[in-house]
Amino acid sequence: MEIKVALPKGRLLGETAALLRRAGWGLIGYHERARFYHTKSRRFPNLSAKVFHEKDIPIQVAIGNYDLGICGSDWIEELLAKYPSSGLLKEGNLGYGEGALYMAASRSEGAATVEEMRAKPGIVRIASEYPNLAESFALNLRLRRFSIFPLWGAAEVYPPESADLALAFSTAEELLQYGLAPVSKILSVSAFLIANRNSWESKDMGEVMASLQDVLISESVPRKLAKEKYPSSTTAPRMPEIQYLSEEPAEDIVQLALPDGHQQSPTLHLLSKAGIHIDDYPSAAGNRRPTTDLSGVTIKVIRPQDMPLQVANGNFDLAITGRDWLMEHLYQFPSSPVTELLDLKLGKVKIVAVVSKDLSVADVHGLRQLNAERAVPLRVASEYINIADKYARDNHLGLYRVVPTWGASEAFLPEDADLLIENTQTGRTIARHNLKIIDTLFASTAWLIGSSNRISSSIKRERIKSIIETLRRAVEEL
Amino acid sequence: MRVQRCKGTRDLSPEEMTRFRLIEGVFRDCCLKWGYREVRTPTLEYLHLFTSTGTLTPGRLDKVYSFLDWDGWSGERVVLRPDGTIPVARLYIDSMEGEGLAKLFYVANVFIFEATGKKTRERWQCGAELIGAGSPLTDVELVMLALEILKRLKLEGIELRLSHAGLIRASLAKLGLSPEEQTTIFDRILDGDTEALAKVKFRRPKLKETLPSLLDLKGKSPGFLRNLKAQLSQDLPELQPHIDDFINLTELLEALGCDYQIDIASGRGFEYYTGVIFQLFRGEEKIGGGGRYDALIPLMGGKDIPASGFALYLDRLMSLVKPEALAKPLAQRILVRAQPAAVKEGFSTADYLREAGYVAEFYLGTQEQADFEWTLAVKSKQPLFILTDQVKRRRFEAQTIKEVLAVLREKGGDKGSVA
Repeated sequence: MEIKVALPKGRLLGETAALLRRAGWGLIGYHERARFYHTKSRRFPNLSAKVFHEKDIPIQVAIGNYDLGICGSDWIEELLAKYPSSGLLKEGNLGYGEGALYMAASRSEGAATVEEMRAKPGIVRIASEYPNLAESFALNLRLRRFSIFPLWGAAEVYPPESADLALAFSTAEELLQYGLAPVSKILSVSAFLIANRNSWESKDMGEVMASLQDVLISESVPRKLAKEKYPSSTTAPRMPEIQYLSEEPAEDIVQLALPDGHQQSPTLHLLSKAGIHIDDYPSAAGNRRPTTDLSGVTIKVIRPQDMPLQVANGNFDLAITGRDWLMEHLYQFPSSPVTELLDLKLGKVKIVAVVSKDLSVADVHGLRQLNAERAVPLRVASEYINIADKYARDNHLGLYRVVPTWGASEAFLPEDADLLIENTQTGRTIARHNLKIIDTLFASTAWLIGSSNRISSSIKRERIKSIIETLRRAVEEL
Repeated sequence: MRVQRCKGTRDLSPEEMTRFRLIEGVFRDCCLKWGYREVRTPTLEYLHLFTSTGTLTPGRLDKVYSFLDWDGWSGERVVLRPDGTIPVARLYIDSMEGEGLAKLFYVANVFIFEATGKKTRERWQCGAELIGAGSPLTDVELVMLALEILKRLKLEGIELRLSHAGLIRASLAKLGLSPEEQTTIFDRILDGDTEALAKVKFRRPKLKETLPSLLDLKGKSPGFLRNLKAQLSQDLPELQPHIDDFINLTELLEALGCDYQIDIASGRGFEYYTGVIFQLFRGEEKIGGGGRYDALIPLMGGKDIPASGFALYLDRLMSLVKPEALAKPLAQRILVRAQPAAVKEGFSTADYLREAGYVAEFYLGTQEQADFEWTLAVKSKQPLFILTDQVKRRRFEAQTIKEVLAVLREKGGDKGSVA
């Protein structure tokens, strides 16, 4: 009987590969530079493994696409916080990849405590990649009123202006560097082996489990976690405070969000063309608060995926993000005040519907017919869950399920999904994975976005207008 | 692919709806006669209505159906109503605060997640709230109203169990626990953990002598409480007002000849309770409960207004109530078969019969004649009406609808009454 294993890339890849090497799995091509996601075991011929973003692994194991998985306990608890009855079993702590999830507040606002958060009038805003854990924290703390901003990343840069609290994977020392102080430690994190409940009850995985048990026992990893110590906010060494533009009233200052990741260099190119100088962007040291010579403008570097929601909430006035992420936001919240201000004509991609080449379907009509004859739901995998959901709805795909993914979605076809909603520049990655495009949803480039809500400060309105005009001229020149 | 019902939901069949409406009808009738007025609140409410300390316990909040609405980009969630009382309190603050006393009732569904899907996640409640009055008499009125409804539903063997949230809170405050710990244990008691108190009471050996007798308290008379009061008066004066309140209530119940059982540790209920908690059982099944919640309206931003209320669990009552015991005999059913040329006359005849109190169904080609007491053929030629008694196999001819009605009245008396 085949045993399927989901393995992590990223943070846990090195140590997981080393563990499985010691366990004698003989995995082919599971290393940092691997180009493909599938791997086989030389020792266990019936074992096959696939490499995922760590965050995808608990979901894939819980829904039964994989029998076993290895990932950080943070993502396991994030899933279980919302779905405690899911078919996920924690089989053991693997003793590496350690860290912690902290609920943290800005140090510039003075040390925050749990009691202060509870007593805070108005809404407590919590930004996190772990929205389910953030929600249970807020509920258990009996916060009177709270908002959760789900994020793709960079939670540490949100407090104090864009959120009151950030729930982030970090160390106490790193938090200090970000200008944050821990309010509460939510969870000690380490790598875990997990199993699907049905597989655990019905499949013979004894040999595979024994190979791991051997490694763990022979190394006699002390299972007891050291009691975490973190400097309490009162005794911690004072770090240099983050400098805010204090000479100007806050309501006049334009909050600008710039993208991290691969959008950085084309964005920087456009900005310098426009004569806007930004210091330390992209930042080698991971600084997310670069400075600019534009007067009355504060910059934060965040994930482009998170920008529309942040602009909708008034945390930023302007942001540079892809139209794909704007549409994703507007499909979820049709009455959102976020609006397109200027097409920057950068980083053009197409949003496409993709299926396996082996599927005898030429277009979405064919897919609809195929799905009508099947007894099981169509699995639609995408980073864009709202775009994917709307596409399936609008095209009457009938019984379907959207499987959220966090990157490298092409690895999901054909075993773990039937349809993919994905962006592509050249289509080469899609072809390389033996996939084909059956539909194009829309084209997407980088846009300057803003809010249609009225801005009361006339100084700020003028500043925004001037930035838009400066960028417009630069786009025309390019 | 088979069409599926959503996990954890139930359909109510015509037979079940008959029971549902009977119970609802008795409930509404009683409430109206006691001077209560009906309200209906929306299915959707903001989550933050239910999150503060003093509303729902975290154990209940974990089972709430919450989601982001189409305009929920601020991250604030909405919920499918998880409780009947809090929305009514919100409604009162919203639009009725100026009225002072408000006696309100509702029949509403509440949504509570249940992991196995074997119990229903959508439950129906008949609830009454008495807002703006704070005496033990008000609590007694609610108890008596609930008991009258159950009596009129012909349910016997109802057991009334009493506890007191104020007494529990004041006792917990004496145990040397932090406010968080007190809330946690209070919540565990309310969520039905009867061992919760037993686990903590020995942490302060000094109170070992007095508190257990209070917390394990079970009895059936106010005298029992009075003895306790005497016992505690020196050590725990803080408990006095709650014991007095409790004694007043039990004395009133005693005077009304109402049986009850005091069981402090089984105070299952809501975190918003501040005074007496009452629970209604039939055998081991809880069929309703209520209590005083004086702090809820000020906590939600309203004035300092006392309130108490109760709810009966409709789903459970439906399985207990026997409709035969309650139902008036059903109206006689007549199947009206019109010839194609007499369709217009057929419809007007059926209307006439309905006006006269009969159930008149138009023949659609599929009904079984045997399911009806009577069939009535409507024709375009003489005789215009042929009435057939399906039970006694008798046939009557008539020229006018009045004659038909006369036959029905004369010959149909032995088949149950006209509605």
